[in-house]
Amino acid sequence: MLDDLDRRLLRHLQTDPDMAMSLLAERAATTPTVASRRLQRMRDVDVIQGSEILINWATLGYAVEVSLRVTLDKTETRAFDIFIDHARQVAEIIEIQTFLGRVDLRLSVIARDMVHYQHIYRTHILTLPHIADIEALMHISRIKSDDELPL
Amino acid sequence: MIDIDDIDRQILRLLSQDASQSSAALADGLGLSQPAVWRRLKRLTDSGVIQSKRLRLNKEKLGFGVTVFLGIKLATKGRVSLEDFERAVKAIPEVQAVEHVLGLYDYRLRVVARDISDFERVLRRRIMTLPGVGDVEANVLLSEERRPGPL
Repeated sequence: MLDDLDRRLLRHLQTDPDMAMSLLAERAATTPTVASRRLQRMRDVDVIQGSEILINWATLGYAVEVSLRVTLDKTETRAFDIFIDHARQVAEIIEIQTFLGRVDLRLSVIARDMVHYQHIYRTHILTLPHIADIEALMHISRIKSDDELPL
Repeated sequence: MIDIDDIDRQILRLLSQDASQSSAALADGLGLSQPAVWRRLKRLTDSGVIQSKRLRLNKEKLGFGVTVFLGIKLATKGRVSLEDFERAVKAIPEVQAVEHVLGLYDYRLRVVARDISDFERVLRRRIMTLPGVGDVEANVLLSEERRPGPL
């Protein structure tokens, strides 16, 4: 089980995984030795699974981001698996999520501009198998994106 | 737009899999010198291509069993200031991400909760009381997969 110190360490480290151990220890009110032992333990029990980078695709020329909310034709029992397998082949799809609710899946698609998006949509998205319905949400801006957990 | 070459792309691809790799480990894998990789990493970070880095945490083990995506439509557009809504929604700790979108909804929210009844509490006390909030749609996340993208 995790205690308050573990949570404090994660709270400071989660958006800055490269923070120096001495600084982290100071912020979490402990010593670097204790802090690194706690972190190692949380890695061992799979609480900390690694770290990841967030790429800002706009800086690489991908100005358009669209959320596609997909409803699948569930008469095909393997619709989810088949759809996801095909969606993985499309490079411009940067996220695949499945849901319980009004929509079955959501795809995050990036494109250089609207012409490029239209091309991807027509040739790579609409051709994905077992789609019953698609709704599009176009991203205007990100107000908050750190995915921080309220620890 | 930032110009990147094939080596930068390889670095981003490797970091997308595991961002905890040191520049020395990356250099080994790519057959480059460590200072060369370090310089490229610095450029990718300074230019904002690598927007941020964060820990990958096991939500379930930390007690967050439910992630819900909310589509929110503002009730009285024009009369409510978007800034007021955005400021208030950003301050909710359970809200991990907020995107301003165009389409069926005005905002897309990612919300974490301990369980469904905890989610209900967040929804009633925090979300439904936001200034200007109208129609709300909830979809419970079952799985998600981040893809490397067009690198």
